[in-house]
Amino acid sequence: MRMSILDRILLLITGLLAAYQVAVGIDGLATIPTIAYTIAFGVLLIAGLLLIILGFEVLDSPIVVDVSTVMPLSLALGLVWQYLPQYRTAYLIFVLIGLLAVILTRANRMSNKMPIIVLALVHGVAGVTIFLLPIWLAVQGITGAFFSLVGVGGGLIGVGGLLLSYLKAGRPILSREIILRIFPGLLLLMTICFVVGFMFG
Amino acid sequence: MQTVLAKIKLFWPLIKSLQTGLLVSTGLAGYMSARCPVLNPSTMAGLLISLVASISGSTILNMWWDRDIDAKMGRTQKRPLASGKINPEEAFRVGLALAVLGVGIAVVMDVLYGVIIFAGLFFDVVVYTIWLKRRSCWSIIWGGVSGGMPILAGRALGVGGLDWVGVLLALSILLWIPTHILTFSMRYSEDYRDAGVPTFPSTYGFGFTRATIAISSILAALAMGVAAWEIGLEWGFLRLLGVLSFGLLVLAISMIFRPTERVNYGLFKYASVYMLASMLLMMI
Repeated sequence: MRMSILDRILLLITGLLAAYQVAVGIDGLATIPTIAYTIAFGVLLIAGLLLIILGFEVLDSPIVVDVSTVMPLSLALGLVWQYLPQYRTAYLIFVLIGLLAVILTRANRMSNKMPIIVLALVHGVAGVTIFLLPIWLAVQGITGAFFSLVGVGGGLIGVGGLLLSYLKAGRPILSREIILRIFPGLLLLMTICFVVGFMFG
Repeated sequence: MQTVLAKIKLFWPLIKSLQTGLLVSTGLAGYMSARCPVLNPSTMAGLLISLVASISGSTILNMWWDRDIDAKMGRTQKRPLASGKINPEEAFRVGLALAVLGVGIAVVMDVLYGVIIFAGLFFDVVVYTIWLKRRSCWSIIWGGVSGGMPILAGRALGVGGLDWVGVLLALSILLWIPTHILTFSMRYSEDYRDAGVPTFPSTYGFGFTRATIAISSILAALAMGVAAWEIGLEWGFLRLLGVLSFGLLVLAISMIFRPTERVNYGLFKYASVYMLASMLLMMI
């Protein structure tokens, strides 16, 4: 499917917002969250640029699954490291092992359900963390109310990831055309939620 | 008035506006990286006009000289000079006038700045295009040297002399040029072969060319990073530069392990975006 001018503009704004977040939005944080958020938003920035340059066909690349795992994992790690200090080490181990497991199970082209199970587990834990933790923090008053938008962004990542995963698995929830039509808008909305959430939360 | 507009429209493709714009941005970035008062309208106007004129003049002179090989290649045969839409003598006069104007303004602004701008023009038109381009694929080194001159000139104007940061910035452009030119010469290798222009792919093969692209991308990113650090770029902007450099490296390394036309094209485009973004970061 050909990418429209509007799609390119939406992706460009997404990239610019991600670049802003890397350069300015995470200043003053501790080392690990800074690295984690830099990776998360850096992946978003490069993904946006590559989508603009190469079009939607880039989503057919097998490496997309690995890359799309990095973003929620690193974002979740940053959040846990910042707000749940007692779980830092455990979550770091989960992130490293999870990422390794996703890459290895997919690289070995296993014919059983292991790659799907590993992917669902790793994405699921990271997704729930990004979705629920910011909302819980905002409700508890630990952060500002706007921080819950990070959770909304996490929810949108989940929706996007789900749509793409099922599409790649050959059992699309929506048609490929509809998914690709809404994908740039979904990415932008997600990024706006993250940037506004971090900025005002 | 309409005749002038029609002429500008006709000559516009001769200056390769995107390439010229990218090179002008490197010159501006070199100047602004020196933390000069950038709100000096006369200096900024002089800098901008001298860069645009000299780079455009140089590009037109290249097109004028290469019009015979442009006519042989599918990609370039519709260019105004190759297709005969513009009289070669007229193009030569316009190119020379712009080059003289650009170098002239540059010399008036600052002798060293003018000398470097002239050196860039000389390396590009005489050494690269006229002397070496049809003889050796290694001519791109001189294309790279001339490509590094605007940023060196801008930096020299900013600091009032040559410093090693300026040399490093020029080196980063020199090392970036192979990524830009070689991905292009791989994409259009048959065109270049038909026109009899030696390229890395036709001389050493695609594997060696891909390895060269990867190595030069890594070195370009390193040189850019060290220069940015020495300039005193804020930590956040260094992080962003690191992310963009990482993207360049991933694509360059993908060229070796998963070589496809799509990755090649992606790297070619991304390299331009990378350079423009790096220059914008240097300007901030």
